[in-house]
Order: sequence, then C-alpha cells, then structure tokens
Amino acid sequence: MSLGTTIANKSKDEINVTKLKKSRLKKILQNWQLYIFILPALLYFIIFHYVPMYGIQIAFKDYVPSLGFLGSEWVGLKHFERFFNSYYFWDLLKNTLGISVYELIVGFPLPIILALLLNEAKDGLYKRTVQTVTYAPHFISVVVISGMIIAFLSPTTGIINHVIQFMGFEPISFMSDPKWFKTVYVLSGVWQSTGWGTIIYLAALSGVDPQQHEAAIVDGASRFQRIMYINIPTLVPTMVILLIMNLGNIMALGFEKILLLQNPLNLESSNVIATFVYQAGLLDAQYSFAAAVGLFNAVINAILLVAVNQIARKTSETSLW
Amino acid sequence: MDSTLYETKTDKLFKFFVYICLTIALIVVLYPLIYIISASISNPTYVNSGKMWLLPKDITFEGYRLIFGNDSIWRGYLMTVVYTGLGTFINLLVTIPAAYALSRKDFYGRGFFTAIFVLTMFFTGGLIPTYLVVRDLGLIDTIWAMVLPNAAAVWNIVIARVFFQSTIPKGLEEAATIDGASNFKLFFKIILPLSAPIIAVMALFYGVGHWNGYFNALIYISDRDLFPLQLVLREILVLQDMSSNSATMTGDTAQLIHSNQQLAAIIKYGVMIVSSLPVIIVYPFLQKYFVKGVMIGSLKG
Repeated sequence: MSLGTTIANKSKDEINVTKLKKSRLKKILQNWQLYIFILPALLYFIIFHYVPMYGIQIAFKDYVPSLGFLGSEWVGLKHFERFFNSYYFWDLLKNTLGISVYELIVGFPLPIILALLLNEAKDGLYKRTVQTVTYAPHFISVVVISGMIIAFLSPTTGIINHVIQFMGFEPISFMSDPKWFKTVYVLSGVWQSTGWGTIIYLAALSGVDPQQHEAAIVDGASRFQRIMYINIPTLVPTMVILLIMNLGNIMALGFEKILLLQNPLNLESSNVIATFVYQAGLLDAQYSFAAAVGLFNAVINAILLVAVNQIARKTSETSLW
Repeated sequence: MDSTLYETKTDKLFKFFVYICLTIALIVVLYPLIYIISASISNPTYVNSGKMWLLPKDITFEGYRLIFGNDSIWRGYLMTVVYTGLGTFINLLVTIPAAYALSRKDFYGRGFFTAIFVLTMFFTGGLIPTYLVVRDLGLIDTIWAMVLPNAAAVWNIVIARVFFQSTIPKGLEEAATIDGASNFKLFFKIILPLSAPIIAVMALFYGVGHWNGYFNALIYISDRDLFPLQLVLREILVLQDMSSNSATMTGDTAQLIHSNQQLAAIIKYGVMIVSSLPVIIVYPFLQKYFVKGVMIGSLKG
C-alpha cells in the first residue's frame, strides 16, 4: 500500500469520525428532552448511590465530621486490622454465614416445590385460594412479622408454647435462647416468602409447550415422570439465576428482621455483620470503623457473586452476565 | 391441558398427594393469620392462657377502642399516609420518565445510563457512607429523609422500561414524531395515557414499600412527631420484651416502655391488623397486578 492511499484512508477516517461526531451531536440535540426525563433519576443515583460509594474511602481514614469525606486523614488498613483482630470477628462471620446458608438450604427449594405442586392442581377456585393465601404474608411488614413471632413464641402466653405444654413438654423460651434464633429466623422467613417466591417459577412453567406433555402421555409417562423430565428441566435456568442472586447476597442478610428479633439474650447467635455495622456506626458513631466492616462484607459479597456466576456459566451455560 | 382421560391409578394417587400438600401449605399460612384476627377481638385472658386457638372467645372490642384512642398510633398513621403518598409520587416522577427514556432505541447513551443505574444493584456505599450523605444534606429528622433516599429502585425502572419496550407500538411514536410532536408532547399526550397499567403496578410496589418501611425511619428519624406507624408498632410489639433490660435507659424511656407494655398486652394483635389493614383491603383486588409486575421483572430486560 502506497503512502498516498494510507493518507487518503486516514483522512477518510477522520472525515468519518467528524461525521460520526456530528451525527452523535445531532442525535443528542434531537432528543434533548429525553435527557430531562432521565435527569431526576440520574441525580438520585449520583447523590444517594455514587456519592456514598465515593464516601467508602472513610474506611481507610479517621473520619472527622467537620473535615468530611475528603479532608479526613488517611490511616491505611487500621480499621480492618482492628476488626480482624477483634474477639467477635469469628462469631460475626459464623453467624452471618450460618444464617445465610441455613436460609438458602431451607428457603430455596420450597418455592420450587410449591410451584410444581400448584402447577399440578387444576385451575379453579381451590388453586386460586391457595395462591392468594400463600402470597399474602409477603405484604406484611417486618415489624408486624417480628411482633407475631414474639407473640406466638412467648414462653408464657404464646400459642406455640401452649401447644408444646399440651403435649406434655416443657415450654421453650425461643427468643432468649441463642440455640433457637437461626431456626426462628429462617422458618418465619419461609412462612412469609415461599408463596411469593413461586410466582417466577409458575411463570416459567406456564411456558412449557403442552405438546411435550401430550407426547409424554402417549409414551406412557406418569404425572410424576412428566414433572421429573419435563417440568423440572424447564425450571433449571430460572433456578440457576435465582441461586446466583441468592448466593451473591449471602452476606447481605435481611437484617431488618434480625435487628427486630435481636435481644441481649440471643445476641450470641443473632449478631451478624450488618447489625454490628448498625450498632458500631450509627449507635456508637464509630463511622470509619463501621464503614470498614461494611466494606469487608461487601467485598466478600462481590467475590461470591462473581465466583458463583463463573461456576454457573461453566457448568450450566446460564449466568447473570 | 386436560389429561384426565389418560390418568392411571398412580396418577390419581399422585394427584391426591398434591392436593394434600397444597392443603397443608394453605393451613400453615392461613392459621396464624386467622389466629391474629381472632385474638384481636377475644378476651386477652383466654388468648394468653391458650384457650383461644382458632375462633374468637368472649368477643370484646376493648383492644380496638384503646388503639383508636391512642395518640401515637394516630400520629404514626397520619405520618405513614404522608410518607406513602409523597414518597410514591416522587418514585413515579423519577421512575416513569427515566424508564421511558431508556426504552427508546434512539436515545443516545441509553446503554451508559442503564449501566450506571444497574451497577448500584451490586455495589453500594453501604449503610454508613449513605447515612453520612443524608446527614450532610441536612435531611435527618425531616420528612425528606423518608422519601428521597429511596426515590427510585433500579429493579422498578427495569420493569417499567420492559413495559414501554414491549407494549407501546413503535409506529405510534414514529407517527407522532412525523406529525411534529416533541418528546414532551409525545410523552404526556400519547405515552402516559397508555401507561396506566405500569403506573398502577409501580405505585403499588413503591406504595407498599413505603407503608411497610421502618428502616429509614429507624436510622434517620428520632423526632417522635415524625415517627411512621411502623416505628410506633416497633415500640409496642417488639421493644416491650426487652424492657427487662431497661437499667441503661433513662427514666423517661423506661416509663414509656413500661406503660407501652401494659398497653401492648391488650392491643398487641389489634395493632397488627390495623396497621396492615390498607394493604389487606387492596391486596385481593390488586394481587394480579402485583403478580404481573413480578413476571415482567422476571423477563430478561
């Protein structure tokens, strides 16, 4: 290629680039009103999400309110070291992971099972009733749920302990016994969210081609076999996506409910990283230390999410990205 | 699909098993709900001794009388109505236009904006930096602390965007543009009137969130006059059990909690009903919209 054509090509490219720039500008100008549509959301995400992200740097500083995010002095990994060396570090980690894993093992399969069962029921009043009723607890506030748990499980006045006593056992003080905390937390969560969790699976099941079932019936497949070989495989992609999301959130427990159910007597098994951050940061005003603990939590979360996504992509060809 | 014709004996047995399981699920979920309703109108002595187990015994409305006579519950109710109304309005104002803009293929930068919104689902500043920003903005102990930090949810923007992309015919937009309508005119005159379903779904999602939310109030509100219902409930339903540890509390709080404890014994179940009432009333009518919203969200956006 001669020098001349290279130059010619180059100038052509340059012309293309300027053309592109012009058309880009034109595109933006043509639709300038759309940028006004996006502006409130943009401002919101910048102010309440990106500025706090920028503020994470206080985890590496000694935050002084009058100096702000920027002015405070850098102290390196001091707060992280303090956290890792503290006597409660392993307890917090153990509780956080313990509750999450427990919740995942019990809470993840149940909506799938319920959805498969609902899918087998004939469309009609009964099915609709079961759905309406099982969705309902999703709309009850965590405060009311916690109130219900405390009222039902009370050792002296709660209905559950009355039943336990009726059957001839000793009443159990569920809320003040650390042994029971995780179970109470997980099972109440199951009660509240299993029904709601079925929606996505039911949607996936409604997409199964009826011809597949008809063909299977002709081949003599039983109802159970059709569930095993047609319905469950249909659900796998949905399951994988939800599993990744759940695993990626394993450190981000719904700590609103934990905070409400926590009391000094069950602290031993109810203190998780999130409630600790709340305690240290907002109640004791140790901003930098709490931010460091929060960041540690978030980093583990992000690592888990990426790792699980990678594994899912390799093994099942389904992934978040 | 009707396959009753081909059912074998084991299939029938299996179907029977399915209905048994569904009935168990139904009872497990329904029982506590019925119990609360019955307990709220029963004589507390029967409830606390375990003699009331399903249907109300010795019906009394004393609990409800006390609830409706309680100032902090009324005040909380009022504030919750304010937060829900204002909050939902702001949510819609932010979500719907943004989602519409992102749904337009000719919107230059939609990929970029989508990316920076979605990124916040996976990375956040965390509790402390967020709190500090809200504080530095001077929002602590104001109504705005209850509505601005949650002005939009990424997930809802995605759901609304999918709605716009899948239900508004592209031809309509083109026709309006050819007729010389500006984007504003197009949005307000044509898009919005067609968007009632998604506006309803979004209003419901956000509205229920505001109604049931307590965490923002817990961290940003310490002025009792601004307490939403859920914080008042927390004092009645949750904190009462911890009053035995009141040694560290000031006399004032301890006394408050003590009087709340007396009150709580009687009104415990009633407040659960009263606070959930608006949601309970609208829920059966709106359930299908909620479900639809979740299903749109489950599509790949």
